[in-house]
Amino acid sequence: MGSLGPIWKEFSAWLPHVQLSHFLVVSAILFSLGLYAIMTRKNAILVLMGIELVLNAANINFLAFSRYGSLNLDGQVAAVFVIILAASEAAIALAIVLNMYHRFQTINVDEVNSLKE
Amino acid sequence: MQLFDIIFYVFALLTVCSAVIVVFSKNVIHAAFALLFTFFGVAALYVLLQADFLAVTQVLIYVGGILVLLLFGLMLTNNVVSVDIKTGSLRMVPALLLIAVVAGSLSGIFYSTWKETPATPVASSGTTSALGNLLMTTYALPFEVASIVLLIALIGAASVARRKRKA
Repeated sequence: MGSLGPIWKEFSAWLPHVQLSHFLVVSAILFSLGLYAIMTRKNAILVLMGIELVLNAANINFLAFSRYGSLNLDGQVAAVFVIILAASEAAIALAIVLNMYHRFQTINVDEVNSLKE
Repeated sequence: MQLFDIIFYVFALLTVCSAVIVVFSKNVIHAAFALLFTFFGVAALYVLLQADFLAVTQVLIYVGGILVLLLFGLMLTNNVVSVDIKTGSLRMVPALLLIAVVAGSLSGIFYSTWKETPATPVASSGTTSALGNLLMTTYALPFEVASIVLLIALIGAASVARRKRKA
């Protein structure tokens, strides 16, 4: 812990006062978790959940910069569009997944290997 | 430590912990319900960021729409006999390595100094009317494009998911 001392001191001084970078760190963690779900999950719907996590992380960034940066309400409008696209993406993806299940009797992405009957 | 900070930490912890459950849980139903808490936590973070309209939209669309849709998808694509639906994972080690790199580099913002401009105070009536004005003036074209996208998504999803008639 000797060499970590100064870093820890800086960290504990940074921690209590919530500001822009705190929100950015939360969104970075959410983004990484979502990316992990996209890469490792077998079930296609859990992959979709990972995508939703990534989109939420992006939205937190938009709103954090609109609150603390100079983005103002423009950032919130961008977040509205992100939510719109997330909704339509979820609907389309669910339809594709249902078709996939109809065709293969499974939605594990590692077992689905052809597009055409 | 002020009340704002405490509330932020509570909801940030809720968001991150439930997101961890979403990502690592073997039981897909547990993952789906953990996602509910993630969405609520994110909505609370939106409130802390003075985006009241976005917070309500988050709850309505994500929790009321997308999450229900995902649950329907889960229930329709498994032979459900109980809530105990398991799923596996693939390629965990390389993914963990990549995620460590991504999270580490993103957390480089820990100590970077962002130029913070003092926030413009939000009117007591909230941001809804200002957002509506922006959508009808500056962002009128993207707004119309978004409505077309939603229409196409609706038609596309319906036509893709429909069972083909036996011709």
